[in-house]
Amino acid sequence: MKNQLKQVFHSPRFVIGFVIFVFMLGMAVLYPLLVPGDPLEMVASSSYPPGTYISLADTLESKQYGLDLDITATRLNKLISQEDKDAMVLWLTKYRGIAEEDIPVEDSVEMVHFWNEHYDPEVEQKGLTNAKRQYYRRLASRMATILETKDIIIATKNPETGALEESNTISFNTYTNVKDIASRRNFVLGTDNFGRDVLKELTHAVGTSLKMGLLAGVIATLIGLTLGLLSGYLGGLVDDIIMFVTNLFTVIPSFVLIILISFSVSQSARGVMLVGVIIGLTSWTWTTRSVRSQVISLRNRDHVNLSKLSGHSLPRIIVQDILPYIASYVVMALILQISSAILAEAQLSMLGLGPSTTKVATLGLMMNWAMTAQAPLAGRWWAFLPIILSIALITFSLNLMNTGLDQVFNPQLRD
Amino acid sequence: MPVSKIDREKRAKCLAGTGVTKVFGVGNARNVAVDHVDFDFREGEIISIVGESGSGKTTLSKMILGLISVTEGEIEYQGKPRDIKSHAKKKEYWKGIQAIFQDPFSSYNMFNKIDSVLLDCINMRGGRSLPKAEKEAMMTEACSFVNLKYAELTNKYPFELSGGQMQRLMIARIFLLKPKILLADEPTSMIDACSRATILDMLLKLRDEINMTIIFITHDIGLAYYVSDMVYIMEQGKFVEVGTADEVILNPKADYTKRLISDVPKIHEEWDLSTV
Repeated sequence: MKNQLKQVFHSPRFVIGFVIFVFMLGMAVLYPLLVPGDPLEMVASSSYPPGTYISLADTLESKQYGLDLDITATRLNKLISQEDKDAMVLWLTKYRGIAEEDIPVEDSVEMVHFWNEHYDPEVEQKGLTNAKRQYYRRLASRMATILETKDIIIATKNPETGALEESNTISFNTYTNVKDIASRRNFVLGTDNFGRDVLKELTHAVGTSLKMGLLAGVIATLIGLTLGLLSGYLGGLVDDIIMFVTNLFTVIPSFVLIILISFSVSQSARGVMLVGVIIGLTSWTWTTRSVRSQVISLRNRDHVNLSKLSGHSLPRIIVQDILPYIASYVVMALILQISSAILAEAQLSMLGLGPSTTKVATLGLMMNWAMTAQAPLAGRWWAFLPIILSIALITFSLNLMNTGLDQVFNPQLRD
Repeated sequence: MPVSKIDREKRAKCLAGTGVTKVFGVGNARNVAVDHVDFDFREGEIISIVGESGSGKTTLSKMILGLISVTEGEIEYQGKPRDIKSHAKKKEYWKGIQAIFQDPFSSYNMFNKIDSVLLDCINMRGGRSLPKAEKEAMMTEACSFVNLKYAELTNKYPFELSGGQMQRLMIARIFLLKPKILLADEPTSMIDACSRATILDMLLKLRDEINMTIIFITHDIGLAYYVSDMVYIMEQGKFVEVGTADEVILNPKADYTKRLISDVPKIHEEWDLSTV
């Protein structure tokens, strides 16, 4: 046994799968410990991209530093988007007849000067919609002042007179240290449509999904193992009855069954663990079949006959002489069941039939939320891509561990 | 030392079968493995059942052991019809009849230690409540009977032994159980010639000690002649010739027996492989 365990950890596939799995598990266990709090707390008012968010008001209060840096170019690059640039080039070539090579697209400062020089709203703009015309007018007024670097005056209202009083002036070379700002929050994966921290939500979801997958996998493996052992070892009428039921379940696609059962359970009663139980109760068939065929080949072995001759009872023979020989196989089946249960939950939740809860997140529910908020259409990748990656990594690592184990226990498969 | 004919009639009936048949499958897949065989084994005899692969020897032995059901026919045990309907009755039956299998490597549960194999035997003989020291003394005695050292074997797994050692341990098991009948299904076919003689000698010694009936299942007619009193020749599920070893081997009547005898390779003659 010890030797086999050693071999398992010498199989590169198993080790890679194991490392990925431990990483995902570690993330699910450690992150909530390091960053406590409700994963479904709505902190933002909408879906924001990843980044560090600092309070503007705090910026004004914080200590000021004077840095003498030329920031015009970098500011302009941030302020003028590629879309604006493209629109400017289009207008200039179409209505001013300027060749594209002559426009200084690379240098933003030059570009603004060039635009301010050549743009004229009075020019006849054929084929341009009114909205587009308005857009160019707005663009032009922005460009007219964009190069000016004026000081900004902060004023506060006098509570008695209601008059504005100057309280602070900020010049363009005034800086502040991010560390000095008290109110800041780093959203590594941004926020979702409900304004919840995606990373925090995701780590909790990975944990819940793994728990649910484990429950479903254990239920499916236990049912499959018991039925497979009984039908394989006893044979005869018991075998016929069990195989009849198994075939019935195999013929009806289990996913259809899951959908129907989930649908018939009321919305409020459908918790994460209940969905796990439903998935487990419908996916045991192939474990039964494969355990049965293994047991049939084992039950006529000499060591089983010898055990019978030693007067051992049926349960003892099954537990001591059959089970250890298929244990490695059962572990592999369990791993596959866990991985397919996680996928099944994700599919079910995408259809809106998954666990209905507002207290915990699962990977499937997060996908469902991203889908209903139309995150893929709006290009909010942070709301669905990390979840897809997590699902893929978990199932990939479990499958990799499974093939690694397969290689160790079936030496014929080794290359 | 074959027993004479007169001597044989005096011996008590031990195991007898009439019209024992085993059929596998139904319809087109119907396969008669053992076809209405009769046998009569007496106490203290050594019987050989000889036949080719697929002649039904092993199926017959499993029926005798009660591991598979009998399709048709009766088996009598100690003069009374055999009753192995319930688990308790089976357990009682297996106290009287035990087996050694062909392949020592697959005869052991590789997850259990050697001690548990021997302890099972002591428990079966009703020694469950004996003090630990006494159990160990019994196991030591059994091991020394087969020239093994218990102190070296304890806490080891079966796969750490050699094939010969494993088969000897099987005999130690029989020594502890002391059954009336021992069914040995080609006990030496997986072992080298040297260990083979040792194992046969041990079995014969054990027979003398506890007056046990031994049924050898074998394809080796030379071995059958060497050890047995009675020889049963089996072909395609039927006994084609039955008699004492001298009768059958020295004066074969059935063609099949003659062929089996002529097929035994002889070291001092050139082998004629053209007839094979």
